[in-house]
Amino acid sequence: MNAFDAYPTTDFISQAWHHLQVFWSFEDINATWVLFGSLLLGMSASVIGAFAFLRKRSLLGDALAHAALPGVMMAFLLSGSRDAEVIFVGALASSLIGFWIIDWLPKNTKIKPDAALAITLSFFFALGLMLLSYIQNTDLPDKSGLDKLLFGQAAAITSEDIQLLIIVTTLVLLTVLLFFQKLRLITFNRSYAKTLGINVKFYEMLLAIMIVLSVVVGLQLVGVVLMAAILLTPIAAARFWSHQLSTLLMLAALFGAISAILGAQISYVAPAMPTGPWIVVSLSLLFFISFLVAPKQGLLKRYLEYRRLKQRVILENILRTLYKLLEREHFQRNQFTLAEITELRSLKSIQLKQSLAILNKRKLVIEAQQRYSLSEEGLLKAIKLTRRHRLWESYLSQHADLNSEQVHQQAERIEHILNKEQEQQIVAELMEQFDPHGSPIPKLPSQNLQEKSQ
Amino acid sequence: MSGFTIDDWILDLWIIGTASLVAASCALVGVFLILRRQALMGDAISHSVLLGIVLAYLLSGSNSLSIMLLGAVIIGLITTWLSESLHKISRLQSDASIGIVFTLFFSLGVILVSLYTGQIDLDQECVLYGEIAFVPFDTLVWGDIQNGGTELGPRAFWLILIVFILVVGSIVFAFERLKTVTFHPSLAVSLGISISFWHYFLMTLVSMTTVASFDAVGAILVVALLIIPAASAYLFAKSLKNMLLLAVLYSQLAVWLGYAVAFQLDSSIAASIAVSAGLLLLVSLFALQLHKRRQKHFYTQQLKTEQAG
Repeated sequence: MNAFDAYPTTDFISQAWHHLQVFWSFEDINATWVLFGSLLLGMSASVIGAFAFLRKRSLLGDALAHAALPGVMMAFLLSGSRDAEVIFVGALASSLIGFWIIDWLPKNTKIKPDAALAITLSFFFALGLMLLSYIQNTDLPDKSGLDKLLFGQAAAITSEDIQLLIIVTTLVLLTVLLFFQKLRLITFNRSYAKTLGINVKFYEMLLAIMIVLSVVVGLQLVGVVLMAAILLTPIAAARFWSHQLSTLLMLAALFGAISAILGAQISYVAPAMPTGPWIVVSLSLLFFISFLVAPKQGLLKRYLEYRRLKQRVILENILRTLYKLLEREHFQRNQFTLAEITELRSLKSIQLKQSLAILNKRKLVIEAQQRYSLSEEGLLKAIKLTRRHRLWESYLSQHADLNSEQVHQQAERIEHILNKEQEQQIVAELMEQFDPHGSPIPKLPSQNLQEKSQ
Repeated sequence: MSGFTIDDWILDLWIIGTASLVAASCALVGVFLILRRQALMGDAISHSVLLGIVLAYLLSGSNSLSIMLLGAVIIGLITTWLSESLHKISRLQSDASIGIVFTLFFSLGVILVSLYTGQIDLDQECVLYGEIAFVPFDTLVWGDIQNGGTELGPRAFWLILIVFILVVGSIVFAFERLKTVTFHPSLAVSLGISISFWHYFLMTLVSMTTVASFDAVGAILVVALLIIPAASAYLFAKSLKNMLLLAVLYSQLAVWLGYAVAFQLDSSIAASIAVSAGLLLLVSLFALQLHKRRQKHFYTQQLKTEQAG
């Protein structure tokens, strides 16, 4: 059935608006439970998924969710009922078998971990689909609705499902809260945890069971196929914002909760829509927003930093070029044309003019009648840079087997990032007065004064 | 009409023929996925291809073979490229970035399918298991059917035949290259072979195989056919050629066994074939484990007799 077939389009919108109002007025008790359930599921799945992600087993949840399907079908076939508890037990059993196989295969055969994951995932899923198609061709009562487990459907959830969901997610969250310190230790430093006498195997099993529980209980809402995303994407998004585990977990829980509510709402408003895909789309949106604008590791921040560095490099290179020109004129003339500058440093003329304007504004370069000269402050800076460049050149030619051209290229890069301490370290190791090309290594004016006074 | 007729036979023949070609192409491509440890990339591409197919339908308004292939190949390559760039730029682990990209693409595909059901020949179920039983009814016609055009047999069959020929052709012609890139990537670099070209070449083959298998087995079961026969072959193979042949053999066994199972249980043919592939792997693993244990037993016995003597 299509959402747009059910009502004419304008009607559909007003209908949707009405549903939305009902949803948020908390009048419909079932809708409120769905809201609450999605909130808890989003939080617990993201938190437990975070541990899987940090232990570099990001797609484990994917495989375990797929592995739950045949268990559900078998449980239905054996018991003939679709009660939440029956389905839960079936799913739990087959997910645990799946977990064991994923663990066993790479340890005991040639099969690699990634293949073991893919094998388990696809085999169990195929088994589940085979049983599902078998069930659908039989005349068992209550068989409809089992296929909703594939992509999840918030509108099809019963109140027993929600109750179970709430119990299990609360249990998962409490467990994480209770064992937080130990889980953290195992996640980041497994061998250290072992030396402290922590029963690593036990806590690993605990984590695995928590993952399986979250996956199994989320099937009705998110579906088998896309459960992986709700475990994985929130923590991946949170990682751009923080390095602190507790902050990470809270952020991941927040992202998970927001997207779960959005997805559940969309499929409540348009009941033909599967819930899982919408949760994933909202999660991915949150992920890409974080990826772009996060203040620590966001792409935008990194791009701006890169631009700033690039500009600084150009400006510093121009200062050094002016110093070189000054040196060539034996410090007799301190006024140079654009042509003279480009002769030593090839830059696009627009870029050069712009950069010179910036230098002028910062009072490092003085411009007079198309001629440019270093100001006192600019000279000091240029000396410092040239000094670092030539120091690094001599250091490399003494300690590394590089020719003078290679040495120059290395120094072009390092001069911009050397700091004062590193400069002094190099000076302490070198006795040189000249760089490998024969140019003198300039001294800072303060040092000159010191030497004169001595 | 009751009883068995010639028509039934022909239908079965088309179904089995299509399934065999699907399984064989998947097995061949899967061998490289297993050897290059890219099983998860195969998983990802097979999911994303759904979005490619739906978009190709919606944008072009037709379901011609070439457009479907093109859409799938483009989206397959985008999936590969996007997950690799995400891995590089955001410093996420590579399996995490694969997971983020393919779940998004698959979700968009499913949402589009649910929005436009009726306008395109897809629904959520056929995304999952394909409709191999309906394959014979969607035929390719040469010329105009009213004016004496000839029916050429199922569309899906011709599509997978083309892809099968492409896959076999590429493997035969580029065998040495593929071998070098797969087993000795650093040697390949020193020989001037472009690793990334062959990487994307293989991913193109995976996308084409997946889309050609889509009608028959759907987007997710194809993962089973890509990975499981190749992994079974990996257990025993002594050389690349050996592994390719073994994988095809496993895949054909799975098709016959699966067809029989589906017939018995009245279950989905595609799912039964995938399950059979898994069962064959289980049997092989069991045999191997048994052999290992026996060998261990044999050697410990020998050791004991030597110590005694």
